[in-house]
Amino acid sequence: MADLMVEAEGLMKRFGSTQALAGVDVTAHAGSILGVLGPNGAGKTTMLRILTTLTHPDAGHARVAGHDVVREPAAVRRNIGVAAQDATLDENLTGRQNLVMVGELSRMERKQARARADELLRTLELTDAADRILKGYSGGMRRRLDVAASMMTRPPVLFLDEPTTGLDPTSRQRVWTAVRALVADGVTVLLTTQYLDEADRLADRIVVIDHGRVVAEGTPAELKRVTDGARLDVTLASPHPRAADALREIADGPLRCGDDGRHISAPVRIVPGLVTRAVRALDDAGIELEDVALHQPSLDDVFMRLTGGVRDMTPAVTR
Amino acid sequence: MIGAGVRIRGDGSTARHVISALHDVYVVTRRNLVHIAREPMQLSDVTIQPVLFTLLFVYVFGSGIPVPGGSYASFAIAGLLLFNLTTSSMGTAVGLTVDLRTGIIDRFRTLPMWPPAVLVGRSLTDALTAMLCTLIVALSGLVVGWRPETGPAAVLAGFGIALLFAYALSWLAACVGLWAKGVETAQSFGFLVLFPISFISNALVPTRNMPDWLRTIADWNPLSAVTAACRTLWGNPNPSALDAAWPMQHPVWAAAAWSAVLLIVCLPIATMLFRRRTTT
Repeated sequence: MADLMVEAEGLMKRFGSTQALAGVDVTAHAGSILGVLGPNGAGKTTMLRILTTLTHPDAGHARVAGHDVVREPAAVRRNIGVAAQDATLDENLTGRQNLVMVGELSRMERKQARARADELLRTLELTDAADRILKGYSGGMRRRLDVAASMMTRPPVLFLDEPTTGLDPTSRQRVWTAVRALVADGVTVLLTTQYLDEADRLADRIVVIDHGRVVAEGTPAELKRVTDGARLDVTLASPHPRAADALREIADGPLRCGDDGRHISAPVRIVPGLVTRAVRALDDAGIELEDVALHQPSLDDVFMRLTGGVRDMTPAVTR
Repeated sequence: MIGAGVRIRGDGSTARHVISALHDVYVVTRRNLVHIAREPMQLSDVTIQPVLFTLLFVYVFGSGIPVPGGSYASFAIAGLLLFNLTTSSMGTAVGLTVDLRTGIIDRFRTLPMWPPAVLVGRSLTDALTAMLCTLIVALSGLVVGWRPETGPAAVLAGFGIALLFAYALSWLAACVGLWAKGVETAQSFGFLVLFPISFISNALVPTRNMPDWLRTIADWNPLSAVTAACRTLWGNPNPSALDAAWPMQHPVWAAAAWSAVLLIVCLPIATMLFRRRTTT
C-alpha cells in the first residue's frame, strides 16, 4: 500500500445545513493523475481542502504521502503543493516575489527558490510579467502563477483545484505540459476540473463526484463504457419506409426515429467498416442520404448520465 | 527521486526548528515591509501624523496650557510619543484582518512553515514602524524646543520603555484584529476605544485640574504610567509625580508592569484566536 499517495475513506463534511461531503473515498497511486470531476457545488473543493489540511473532516480519515491529514498536518504540508481555486497569492508582491516567498517558506534556500521560480515562470510563460505586481495580472495569469507556486518544491503530491478554469487554450496546454512533466518525474497529481476533455486527456483515473458522493470511478475508457456506447446518426434526404429495416441489420439495439421520419439513430458497436456497411445497405435499398455521423461516447455523456444530466455547469445553484 | 537537487532546510533537532521558525518570521516580515515600500502612505500614521500632532499641540494647546516646571513642549513630547504609538498600534489589527480575509492565509497554511510566523511577523513589522514613529516624534520634538535633560542611557531607556509598551499594545491590537470580523471593526476599535483612552491620561495635559474621579482614571491609565516614566527618564517636567497613586509614584515600574501584563495576557490569547481563525 506504500504505493498510495492519496487515500481517503468515508470523508464527511457538513456546513450548516449543507452536506458538502457525504462519505467520499478516493485513492491515487504514486506517479498518476487522478481527475476529480463534478459540477459546481459537488464537493470537489471541500474534499481538496480536507486533503490539503485546510479543513478538518467531520468523519472519515485521509492520508497523503502516508501521513494523516488531521494528526500530522505538518508532515503532509512538507509533501504537497497546492493551487487553490481562489487566488491565494499576495496581491502586492510581484509574481517572482510570490514564488520566492512560497519557496522560502517551504524551506528552500533563497538561491534555489530564485532559480526554481525563474524556471517555472518560463515554463508557464510568465517571464514578461514576472516583475509586475499581481494587481495588474489577468485572471489567467493568476491561475498560472498559482499553479507555478504549487510546483515550487517539486512536491511528491500536487493538488490542483480547477487549474485551467478561465484559461485560453494555449495557456491550458502550458499547464497540462507542466503537469505532465512533473508526473513523468514521479509526482502524484490530484486535479479537480469541470472540463471533461481535461480529465479525459490528462487523468489516469477519474472520480466523478456529485452531491458530496462518488457516483463513478474508473479510467476514462472504463467510464465511457458505462454509457450506451457508440451511436450512428443517419439523416435521410426524405422519409423512406425501408430505411429502418436497412439499418436494423447493423444496429446493436432498438432504433430511435425522429418525428420527421428523416432522422434515425442506431446504437452500434464500433467495428471496422461499420459506416461503409450502413451506407451500402441504405444505398442498396435505394435510399438517398443527406448525412451520416458516428458518435463515439464522450465523457460528457458519462457525466450527464451520472449527474442527472439536467444540471449544467453554470455557477452553482446547490445550497 | 522527488525533489532531487532541491536542498531542504531544517528537519530534526529543536535548534533547527527554532531557526526555521525565525526564518519564517523573517520572510513574513520582509513581505510586510515590501507592502509598505509599495504604498508608503500606509506609514502616514507614524510619519505625517506625529509631525502634525506635535505642531498642533505645541502651538495650539501649548499656548493655553500652563505646565508647572517647564515649557509645554518639554512636557508634551513624551505624551505625544505615547499618543502616536497607541493610535498607530491599530495597524496590527488592520493588517491581520486583511491577511485573514484574503486567500493568502490559505496559501500559508498549506506550506510547511511555522504557522504563527504570520502573527509574529506582523508584530515585528509594527515594532519597526513604531521605531520610525519614535524617531519622527523625537526629531519634531527637538525642532519645537523639547530637550532631554539626562544622560544618553536614561534617554534611551525612556525610548525603550515606550517601544516595549507599543509592542505589548500591538499584541492587544492583534487580539482585536483576530476577533473582529472586518477591517472596519478593527478600525473603529482604534477610534472608539484607544482614542479616548489616550486623552484620559496625563499625556497631553496635566491632570491636576481634572475632577477627582477622572484624575483617578488618568492616574491608573497605562498610558499615563508610560508617559510619566519617559518624563522621569528624560528629566522633563512631570507634574503627575505629585499624585499619590502608586503608578504615578513609581512610573518606570508601573510602565514595565503594564507592558508585561499586556504581553502575558494578549500573546496567548492572540495565538489561540489565530489558531481558531485558521482552523475550519
